[in-house]
Amino acid sequence: MAGFIIRRLGTMALAMLCLSLAVFYLVDLEPNLKRLAISQLNMRSSTEELESWLQRNGYRQNFFVRYGQWLGVIPEQPRPDPATGKAMPRFSFCPEGGQAGYSGVLQGDFGCSTKFKVPVIRKLVPALKATGILMFWVMAVMVPASLFLGVLAGMREGSRTDRTLSAASITTAATPEYISGVLFTVVFASWLGWLNGSAASATNQGISFYNFTLPVITMALYGTGYIARMTRASMAEVMTQQYIRTARLKGLSFGAVVVRHALRNALITPFTVIMLQFPWLLTGVAVVEVMFRYQGFGFTLVEAAANNDIDLLLACSLISVFVVLSTQLVSDLGYALLNPRIRVQ
Amino acid sequence: MQYETIGAFGILIGIVVRFWPVWIALAIVVTFSLTFRKRLGLYGQLYGNRAGIAGLILCLFWLFTAVFASMIAPFEPLQQIAIMKDAPPGALDPDTGAVFLLGGDRLARDVFSRMVFGSQIVLVIAPAATLFALIVGTMLGLPAGYHGGRIDNILSFLANLVLAFPVILLFYLLVTPGVRETSIPQWLAGFFLIFPVIFFCTLFWTRYSSRPGLLAPLLAITFLLGGWLYAGLVFRADPLGLISLAPNELNIFVAVVFASSPGVFRIVRGLTMEIRTRDYVAAAQTRGERPWYIMLWEILPNARGPLIVDACLRVGYTTILLGTLGYFGLGLTPESPDWGTAIKESSRLLRAHVHPALPPVVALMSFVLGLNLLADALREQALKD
Repeated sequence: MAGFIIRRLGTMALAMLCLSLAVFYLVDLEPNLKRLAISQLNMRSSTEELESWLQRNGYRQNFFVRYGQWLGVIPEQPRPDPATGKAMPRFSFCPEGGQAGYSGVLQGDFGCSTKFKVPVIRKLVPALKATGILMFWVMAVMVPASLFLGVLAGMREGSRTDRTLSAASITTAATPEYISGVLFTVVFASWLGWLNGSAASATNQGISFYNFTLPVITMALYGTGYIARMTRASMAEVMTQQYIRTARLKGLSFGAVVVRHALRNALITPFTVIMLQFPWLLTGVAVVEVMFRYQGFGFTLVEAAANNDIDLLLACSLISVFVVLSTQLVSDLGYALLNPRIRVQ
Repeated sequence: MQYETIGAFGILIGIVVRFWPVWIALAIVVTFSLTFRKRLGLYGQLYGNRAGIAGLILCLFWLFTAVFASMIAPFEPLQQIAIMKDAPPGALDPDTGAVFLLGGDRLARDVFSRMVFGSQIVLVIAPAATLFALIVGTMLGLPAGYHGGRIDNILSFLANLVLAFPVILLFYLLVTPGVRETSIPQWLAGFFLIFPVIFFCTLFWTRYSSRPGLLAPLLAITFLLGGWLYAGLVFRADPLGLISLAPNELNIFVAVVFASSPGVFRIVRGLTMEIRTRDYVAAAQTRGERPWYIMLWEILPNARGPLIVDACLRVGYTTILLGTLGYFGLGLTPESPDWGTAIKESSRLLRAHVHPALPPVVALMSFVLGLNLLADALREQALKD
């Protein structure tokens, strides 16, 4: 088991290295650097001025050297101002680059956000916290609802409940967040006026039922149908097993059979499915946070990408890839722990 | 301002009448299919299933809408009639008496016509990108599943790398004006286009290498079509001028293929690993057939059931991805009539006007729902056999 975890962690580290290199290459394309230089100087700067800004701030060094500096395995050199000779930071709003030394991701220095004009860490921590709250409520709604519906449908395969729930879950699978968000807003905010169509107030005034319900149900809907379907399939399979028949024949009531014998085995598959939902949930987070103006991780990611905020975008990619890979690992480990028939080698 | 409207009933009748080419085409296809149901194989069996019929009709409806879009839509997608700004559904243009069936949007364009023209974009890119992703995924998944070992390890690692990226991040990195200024989309398009050419060459070569009379024309056709696609898509110099993609469309196309081929790879790999253990594969190996013959002519035909179901679901998924791209304003121009962009434009103004948001929402949802129902019915048919 320990060997398995170590090997998986090794693969994970390698994957993150490869992916961060790819992202670094893509955000580092010539047009992106040009736009960064223009945003830091001004629109009417000449090509030479832009070039010298890029040169002075080390953007013209070798690609791998810069990647190493960002990662924190190659030391950075101070950047002297040609006029005064004193070391100056890349961006005026960010204390960095004063002295030579390692300052990269491995040292915990993610660089500077040019869009929000703060160090990346200062922007990311509150954003992640906000998204954590959103995800908590989404999970709190989605997991019980989907498991309940799935078990209910799979308990008696082919029954009317089963068919109704299957039809409903096919429909939700055709409803991505940007569609359910619009529909819910139209019904609950525009027509009925029960809920707030914007979660902007949740960011600074704290969350309430009024401003937070729409983002949560919008995000939960798409996943609920999918997980309910998986639970149903798993439950239906368990209900055909020999030990269920044995339990029935020894005189247990149907309810007792479902709760005591079937449920535990039927919930193994949904657990892994829920864990593997994370890459999609991250996209959902971006859609929902932009739609409802909630300043979380997804909102930050979209802002960073749209404004060519290189350091912030790199940090966001690193975090999302890390989240996806670690949930995959947890899903595999959990599967092995929950199901004693599986041996990890 | 106040408009004269034709009322809810008038709107309904107006829309039904506007779709007349679609109803005629649907009627022809359905009658034809029902008459020859027994002889149409898997397609005919779909008509025995309620979900199958519903799915087929929804998909065919949007297919025919895309085909006959210019006959159905009363206005051009970009045509603006200033007085109809934010007009409610069914409003009449006071000057000409023309009806805006589903109202006008913020820029005084007809919402109904835009929804109809939007179907063209979705129904061209989504199935084409899915087809490419299927071929790329198949060409890589077959050897990974058949040979296993190091090839499998490397390819699976690469596929997992792409899958570990949240789709939204992938699109924000790949579909940008910055990327379009470089030659990355062309390179990727060239890379993906190699796969269909290799696929068909290997397919014909492995089967007909002993019959040069048949092989030569087949290979010639493959190279001709492949070269034509290359000229059109990669070098943007189609001699016939039929295939032309704007740089932003090519960028979207490439990104969507890139995002969905690892999923196909995983499925094909799993299927291949399972089918490889069957007796007919062992028989072919004993006959001394080459690996690629076994993969393409023994394994692939037997994996077609799950692959067709997956292709159906994947077209729906690609449609959702295209909508996501439109929603974030990536790649497609802001005035493009596609559904995702329309949802983005209208969802910002939901507080003021609801009507421009609903038609694209319903359109996208019904098309994806149709595909999901179709996939469900196909899966049920496959289980019956």
